[in-house]
Amino acid sequence: MENREFFYRRLHSLLGVVPIGIFLIQHLVVNHFAVYGPESFNKAAHFMHDLPFRIVLETFIIFLPILFHAVLGVYIVFVAKNNVQRYGYFRNWMFYLQRITGIITLIFIVWHVWETRVQIGMGTKDLDYSLMENILANPVMFWFYVIGVVSTTFHFANGLWSFLVTWGITVTPRSQKIATYATLLIFLAVTYIGIRALFAFV
Amino acid sequence: MAEDTITLVITRQDSPDSSPYEETFKVNYRKNMNIISALMETQKNPLNAKGERVAPVNWESNCLEEVCGACSMVINGEPRQACSTLVDKLEQPIRIAPMATFPVVRDLVVDRSRMFDSLKKVKAWVPIDGTHDLGPGPKMPEKKRQWAYELSKCMTCGVCLEACPNVNSKSEFIGPAPLSQVRLHNSHPTGAMNKSERLEALMEDGGLAGCGNSQNCVQVCPKGIPLTTSIAALNRETNIQSFKNFFGSDYAH
Repeated sequence: MENREFFYRRLHSLLGVVPIGIFLIQHLVVNHFAVYGPESFNKAAHFMHDLPFRIVLETFIIFLPILFHAVLGVYIVFVAKNNVQRYGYFRNWMFYLQRITGIITLIFIVWHVWETRVQIGMGTKDLDYSLMENILANPVMFWFYVIGVVSTTFHFANGLWSFLVTWGITVTPRSQKIATYATLLIFLAVTYIGIRALFAFV
Repeated sequence: MAEDTITLVITRQDSPDSSPYEETFKVNYRKNMNIISALMETQKNPLNAKGERVAPVNWESNCLEEVCGACSMVINGEPRQACSTLVDKLEQPIRIAPMATFPVVRDLVVDRSRMFDSLKKVKAWVPIDGTHDLGPGPKMPEKKRQWAYELSKCMTCGVCLEACPNVNSKSEFIGPAPLSQVRLHNSHPTGAMNKSERLEALMEDGGLAGCGNSQNCVQVCPKGIPLTTSIAALNRETNIQSFKNFFGSDYAH
């Protein structure tokens, strides 16, 4: 449709933070219960699993927003002609990394959803601590998960920086610079939560 | 003497449809030469480094003081104006190529029409025509005039489009320069009367939404225009405009 780009790009930016970003933090925090032992993790996972209207929540808060964000995101990656060799500025690198991590994150999420949520849904696997323990026992899969988590948290934190620009919140160079430091701290904090949970399974 | 010549490696193209090729020229060095005067040497004596007589190199230039934007070209990998680029400050051999974002007309001459079309699209002017004398316009606050003046330095040179990763043949994005002109004309007290028309033009396909915040534009702009500040300010303005349009507002002029 004509002249929908503005609306779709704004929606893409919004969905990346609300609800996807919020879901990401919630997901990693719930995973972090693994640090306190299998029982603690199972209790938290089952609480999430037994939430009322779970299928509706999963569809509208997780599945559809990520699907839209991914489809438009791949298109955005496709229309860029990256030029970091010639213009090696910090923000241009962030622009390039945002696109690379977007693709890595998409591959990771598809794989991760397939071997957890889809398997549980089909009844071939049970939702518990041992599911992740078995997956992460394989060193290749463990490092795939580490890369996947870091790529996702980078994409989220750097996306939060451009969200602030896209919505006209940070206009001055100074506010954008402070937002760079703030989103860096968010990246480090969220990555710590995610990675610490991964190590709890091995 | 060898030290009295400089070497130019020029990417040439005979016609818009022919393929580009590199040609080397040795020209006599003079003190304080700029790229324009080096290119003029190749016109005076159109012999390439092999001593063959070739067609003189074509380029565009007008003002020779970095205010018209006509002589933009990629010099040693950097898009800039040939007039304000001094030979003494460059590494040898000097590599000169046309900007890649624009269609080449011949040699270093590119067609920047897309930028002028974009300025028309976003209505980058202040309409004052009428059937009677409208009198003097409203005054502008001095503080605003100061930053608006910086935006008015844009010479449509195309360097920001050349550096932008989102301005390319796969994308419709009009690029940073015309975006910033919307902010300039919306900041003008009389121009502000048509504010929404310009903002709505930016909300069309190929407009503001094409920006991916690589911020190369603000790094390369020869006039130091705060292009990324303009883009962020326009993001805010277009968002508010789109809410006004959708939910309704008496102030959406």
